[in-house]
Amino acid sequence: MSKLKLNVNGETHEINADPDTPLIFVLRSQLKLTGPKLGCGQEQCGACVVLADGEATNSCVRAASEFEGQEIVTIEGLSDGESLSPVQEAFRDEGAAQCGYCTSGIVVATTALLTKNTKPSPEEVHEALHDHLCRCGSHRRVLTAIDRLIGEGA
Amino acid sequence: MPKNPNIGHPSIEAHPDLDQWIEISKDERILLHTGKVDIGQRISTALALIVAEELDVDYDRIDVKRTETDVDPNEGFTAGSMSMQHSGKALRMASATARRHMLAIAAEKLEVEAESLEVENGLIQSRETNASITYWELMSEQKFDIPVDESVAVKAPENHTKVGTHVQPKGMTEIVSGRMAYIHDMVLPDMLHARLVRPPHYRAELKSLDDGVVARLAESDVTIVRDGSFLAVASADEYAAVKAAERLANAAEWDLKEGLPTAELFEALTSNERVSLPIAPGGAPVEEPVPALDNPPENAAVTLSARFEKPYHMHGSIAPSAGCAIYKYDKLTVWTHNQGVYPLRAAMAEALDMAIGDIHIAYSPGSGCYGHNGADDAAFDAALIARAIPGQPVLLKWTRDDEHAWEPYGSAMVCELRGSLDADGKVIDWSHESYGDTFMGRPAPGRSGSPAEKLLATHFLEDPLPWPIMPPTMGPHVGVHRNLEPLYNFPEPRLVKNLVRGLPLRASALRTLGAFGNVTALESFVDELAEAGGLSPVEIRLNHLDDEKAKDVIRTLDEKMTAAKAGEADGLGAGIAFSKYKNAAAYCAIGIEVEVNDEAEVLLKRAWIVADAGEVVDPDGLTAQLEGGLIQAASWTLHEQVTFDGGGVTSRDWDSYPIIRFNNIPEVETILMHRPGEPFLGAGEATAGPTGGAITNAIYNAIGLRLRRMPYDPDAIRSAAMN
Repeated sequence: MSKLKLNVNGETHEINADPDTPLIFVLRSQLKLTGPKLGCGQEQCGACVVLADGEATNSCVRAASEFEGQEIVTIEGLSDGESLSPVQEAFRDEGAAQCGYCTSGIVVATTALLTKNTKPSPEEVHEALHDHLCRCGSHRRVLTAIDRLIGEGA
Repeated sequence: MPKNPNIGHPSIEAHPDLDQWIEISKDERILLHTGKVDIGQRISTALALIVAEELDVDYDRIDVKRTETDVDPNEGFTAGSMSMQHSGKALRMASATARRHMLAIAAEKLEVEAESLEVENGLIQSRETNASITYWELMSEQKFDIPVDESVAVKAPENHTKVGTHVQPKGMTEIVSGRMAYIHDMVLPDMLHARLVRPPHYRAELKSLDDGVVARLAESDVTIVRDGSFLAVASADEYAAVKAAERLANAAEWDLKEGLPTAELFEALTSNERVSLPIAPGGAPVEEPVPALDNPPENAAVTLSARFEKPYHMHGSIAPSAGCAIYKYDKLTVWTHNQGVYPLRAAMAEALDMAIGDIHIAYSPGSGCYGHNGADDAAFDAALIARAIPGQPVLLKWTRDDEHAWEPYGSAMVCELRGSLDADGKVIDWSHESYGDTFMGRPAPGRSGSPAEKLLATHFLEDPLPWPIMPPTMGPHVGVHRNLEPLYNFPEPRLVKNLVRGLPLRASALRTLGAFGNVTALESFVDELAEAGGLSPVEIRLNHLDDEKAKDVIRTLDEKMTAAKAGEADGLGAGIAFSKYKNAAAYCAIGIEVEVNDEAEVLLKRAWIVADAGEVVDPDGLTAQLEGGLIQAASWTLHEQVTFDGGGVTSRDWDSYPIIRFNNIPEVETILMHRPGEPFLGAGEATAGPTGGAITNAIYNAIGLRLRRMPYDPDAIRSAAMN
């Protein structure tokens, strides 16, 4: 066990964990942030993606200790629980989810993309979502939601 | 008097009491009970709309209870595109009964004629006296204590103000904000997290465990559960359980036995021992000899034959399956994301030798499952672990590797077709034989064999159960023969199902069962015949259909695609396909436009869906289901096959089992036929078969290659081009 200092959703947390513990277990078990999902544990599906210093990052393999000093934001940190972020609103209004298990990672990745680039090309959108798998087939609605956000200059 | 088609509704027959369906709950809300579970298909949204409509209560005030045994109706499995016909219809009758009952009491209380009463958002008001009372004041948490009246008058479709409108799906805000609680997120006091250590393959047996590793794990607060070759670890800390499972896996030595059969799969499908049955008109097999395939008729102007091959597909749920269980005072409580809590309870009771009344099972959401994935097995695994550690809740999660390698797949299939046209382009001879494994591996009582032996872990316990050998299912359109019978009026078609034995992988229900393979094969073959007979794909289909609704969806599709100049641009191709799911559910015509690029990749450009699902309750939810089915089936068609060798399944992650990605998603336009007042026609599986056919036909239209073995990946296209 060692002490870790993690900045998550704007708050600093002191945590005791094995230094090799992947970030997602610290987020889900210790900080009770269950928005990031365990999907593959191999950085292949994107369900666990969080923001680390603004970059969409898998949390299922890399140790929590590697994230010390970075600003981590989970999907819970994108809105205050009352209102939704523009990306979340667009996804809701377009019905861009069925079971929703992959949605958290896709919302976070979309947020990262549109924060850096308000007018991404279709290729840039595909690139940003390339490692996000969806099995229900909500892809078209996700792309429609993103088009709408681009149109609104989000 | 014509017979009322609602009398004898299976869900109401089983659960006649109104209180089993509708609860006028406190806080001025309505709680509806259903035996159907929401697995992302938005059934709760559609059911809430139906209840809101009949009760005249705002949709936002309707809550949908998650199914649990002894509390909610037993409606079997949430499967086969039947939820609207079952729960939708039942709840419509229940709500109308509830409304009529409450208006009668209100009339008495308010001393007015029941006919003078109107309801708005649960407020009952008299037009005569303006006196009013709400549902909640009236009922004040009392029970109805009356049966559902199957002959109750329901609202006329022209008076619908909620059904058929666009509403925000139930749960959508929670999903997009990351607050949706899945079974994987459950936390109970003193809960342990568990992981499994699986054998390398179905037939392997645990030979030994390294005692040193076992002792060290025990010292570190990890509990090891072993029963025969069933091996699991549990720990209060989830990551400790993950690491312990890895260490234990390295400490386990397995007897590999004879390994999996390694004969070429498609060869095995048509040469292994099998049960062969002809399919009679109506789509059900009959216990009769299979008629010989005679020479084509003498007046045949064209005769073609073709063989289609489809590999095993996985459900590929994005969340590996999970189960949660507590075993306390000889009673078992289980949480599962499976599609039928009651059938699972019966199977578990048998497997654990417990009384059904000592087991309680509740649904908790998982990720989309699309059929019988690992959910039932994971629930049983959790129960086994919980029974070994009484008193403490256990949340078991499968790993990605567990789900990929151990879920029951959708069977591989071979379809052999032969057809003849006369000089006028009429089909005068038709033969379609399909070969595949069972699609009926769900743990369900009442089906052949023991339900317990359909729970995976029962084969690895100290006293293992035999692997199930399923007899052929004899109902219409169930299993290998789903949609084997064409809707087209081909004269006396020769239709044969072959249930094949001795295949290498575990198989069960995957979305559409045999229909995906059958519809793909027959819709591709119809196009081949059309071309040989000088007919367009639309002509040959319309010429052989009598059903006007079937013709309508095809004509509408044709108009849309013609207007959109589908497949006309340089380098593009377009194809269509049609089916009526099970020849009894929704009608669906699909058009797809593709490009095959220099890397031999199939790029999906545009897609059109025209569907007639009868009365539409939630148009946006229905559209989402149709689109999602199309994208999933496109993924099966272009990318997917479960691979294996003698040592086991080799598709163990998303690299070795690729699925469709965001860079190959077509523009999709969906057109719904509006049929207010007509019966619901299940639509959750309507698009899959025609999507496979339309892609096959579009590729042919684009590059002149008729592909007959999935997946249509660059290797398949290059190899077809070489031949």
